[in-house]
Amino acid sequence: MFEKILFLLFLSSALAQELCEPGTSDGYKVRFSIRTALGSDAYAWNEDEKFLFRATLAYAMRKQKSELQFEVSNVIVCGETQRVSFWFVVTSPLNATRLISKVDVESAVRKSRPRINSAFLLTDKTLEFVGISPTLAAPVEPATPPWLIVFGVVMGLVAAGIVALLASSLVQRKRRKKEAHERHTQRHREENGSANEGVYNMSFSDNERVTQM
Amino acid sequence: MKLQLPNPGLEDRILSHQQLEKLEKEEARDRPRWDNKAQYMLTCVGFCVGLGNVWRFPYLCQSHGGGAFMIPFLILLVHEGIPLLQLEFAIGQRLRRGSLRVWAAVHPCLTGIGETNSKPMISLYYNTIIAWILWYFFNSFQQPLLWSQCPNNANRTELIVECEESSPVDYFWYRGTLNISPTIEEDGGLQWWILLCHLCAWSVLYVCIIRGIETAGKVLYNTARHLQPERSTWMQLKPSVLCCFLKAVYRNVSSSNNCEQDAVIISIVNGITSVYVATVIYTIIGFRATKRFDNCLSRNILGLINAFDLAEGSITESNYSQAVKHLNETKPAVIEQLNLTTCDLNTFLSEGVEGTGLAFIVFTEAITKMPFSPLWAVLFFIMLFCLGLSSMFGNIEGVLVPLQDLNVFPRTCPKEAVTGVTCIMCCLVGLIFIQGSGNYWLSLFDTYGGSIPLLIVAFCETVSVVYIYGIDRFNGDIQFMIGHKPNLFWQVTWRVISPLITTKVSEKLLYKTWDPTSEKEYPWWIYVIIFILAGIPSIGIPFIALWKFMKSKKSSKSLS
Repeated sequence: MFEKILFLLFLSSALAQELCEPGTSDGYKVRFSIRTALGSDAYAWNEDEKFLFRATLAYAMRKQKSELQFEVSNVIVCGETQRVSFWFVVTSPLNATRLISKVDVESAVRKSRPRINSAFLLTDKTLEFVGISPTLAAPVEPATPPWLIVFGVVMGLVAAGIVALLASSLVQRKRRKKEAHERHTQRHREENGSANEGVYNMSFSDNERVTQM
Repeated sequence: MKLQLPNPGLEDRILSHQQLEKLEKEEARDRPRWDNKAQYMLTCVGFCVGLGNVWRFPYLCQSHGGGAFMIPFLILLVHEGIPLLQLEFAIGQRLRRGSLRVWAAVHPCLTGIGETNSKPMISLYYNTIIAWILWYFFNSFQQPLLWSQCPNNANRTELIVECEESSPVDYFWYRGTLNISPTIEEDGGLQWWILLCHLCAWSVLYVCIIRGIETAGKVLYNTARHLQPERSTWMQLKPSVLCCFLKAVYRNVSSSNNCEQDAVIISIVNGITSVYVATVIYTIIGFRATKRFDNCLSRNILGLINAFDLAEGSITESNYSQAVKHLNETKPAVIEQLNLTTCDLNTFLSEGVEGTGLAFIVFTEAITKMPFSPLWAVLFFIMLFCLGLSSMFGNIEGVLVPLQDLNVFPRTCPKEAVTGVTCIMCCLVGLIFIQGSGNYWLSLFDTYGGSIPLLIVAFCETVSVVYIYGIDRFNGDIQFMIGHKPNLFWQVTWRVISPLITTKVSEKLLYKTWDPTSEKEYPWWIYVIIFILAGIPSIGIPFIALWKFMKSKKSSKSLS
């Protein structure tokens, strides 16, 4: 009896080992950079943290495939290194020997990435899933680039200035022309002033017409 | 050395001392006064500091050896800059003409010095710098500033690689602003955003000069309308010396104004400002280099620990080289695959930033580190814009006055039309600098259009005043104006040191340009452009001198 139990345990762990291998085509490599992210507040990587990882990944799989009830035991981890990097695969809850496809795992991770990151107090850069590139936050881009607005304001002021100055110089020139014309006619009037002031003398006009001598 | 070339008719062209005194009394009432010494000093400082101090001096300093460059700069400032400035001030004050027409009064053959100057060339590219300043100014009204972080790439998977490899500030300058092409031969097309800023810059300039150059003074500073210096700072290429000199327009100044004091003060303030700005810039360059070195090292370390799955913190800066050596011995193939870049602080310091973008890159980097960055950015670029615009007035005057003297436009043409057409023409030619390769063209214009002609003009000015106007007469004039004869320092520098320095420096510069042994191979049309930029203003002086000489000979023949 005791031997049977031992044999089963050995078989299951051997199976698990077979399912998960570093470099497997159905799993992903994960890299933690805890010290880079947290510095002096860095926690040590141990079995509990590994458990948390498997739990969060099970959670992510549940969210992705809501019809299947993933458990912590469905996430198998192997190939741990000092770097704190390891490989993982996900088995189906219905059949422990069948692995969930890479594509499904990827979409599950992408969907719940922020939750996975925050569980470990890490970011996209410090918790790497090798092969799954993060979707960066979309930058807030307003409809018109702000610089065009400022440019429009400045150009508007400048254009208004040019128009105002040109108009004022045109008005000035017109005024000067009018003044010059008035001055010219006034001078002309002053020169011929003697003929217009006083009474019109007929005798002089006769002289002009009839030249007797 | 009492060498004096014959100069008949000089007395007829200039006012005598008695006439000057009479004029002085008449004008004394109308001339604006300084309220106190502080106002005068502040005005001087305001006119000394320009884009040359903030933009040009640092980038030339950096491309010609770095901080040590300041030593020859200061030496030449004292031996070439100050004497030349004092000479220009004094002759302008004595003959009561602007710097462009004063030489025609000294001798008709010297008209070339004033007329064929390099101002048109400078005007063309100078406004492009103002366009760049406007572009940065327009982009300063947002938080976070565009140059403080790298933008995402199209897939939003990571930051743009080009930006990651350099820095956000560099990326914004080279890609976001200039969209620079790899070489000068590829023109890269017009960059529409800079084109808009270019049009804006020329429009603003037009508004200021629409009624002619005289009104530009109103824009500058009302009480100092009669003091309108413009300056061009140029530097000599390594390994030779460099020189900084200032050109001044010193017209309706009172004849008793102490031009000597002004020249010395302005030169010293200009020198101090340049050194101060360069110090600030080098501090920031050091900071950038250190940061880039740290980033480079961190990237390498990360690559190593990822490849070999080593624990974090096992490789640090101190044991990096040992670790690489050890790993290279055990697994050289993996190391090779990693393509580790060598991180050398000296390389980062020397290869950091160079060229016309230095001020833009360095100062914007500093601004991103300050709190309330958009506010500082706006203030900084407003300041740069004011500096540039005030210098631009001097440059555009150098275009308008010769046009006026040569009667290119009919007399009946209104001033608005003259300035408008000039601005439009310059704007159109300036489109060269809006292309993808525009920055290369600008450097070309700046290096050759701004340096060689100025050297030749400096030489001609010194020689004209000393040997054609007559150093004895000049000494007497200065004594009349400020009360004492110029001392030995001025005599030696005017007569010997200044002309000698300018000749030596021009020689070196010309040699460097047409050096057959240099490694860089440029296409033939670049040399043609260089010749046009540097040669035509320089050749213009002897050409006009000869032409005037022939004309006077012909008229004297027809008279007799």
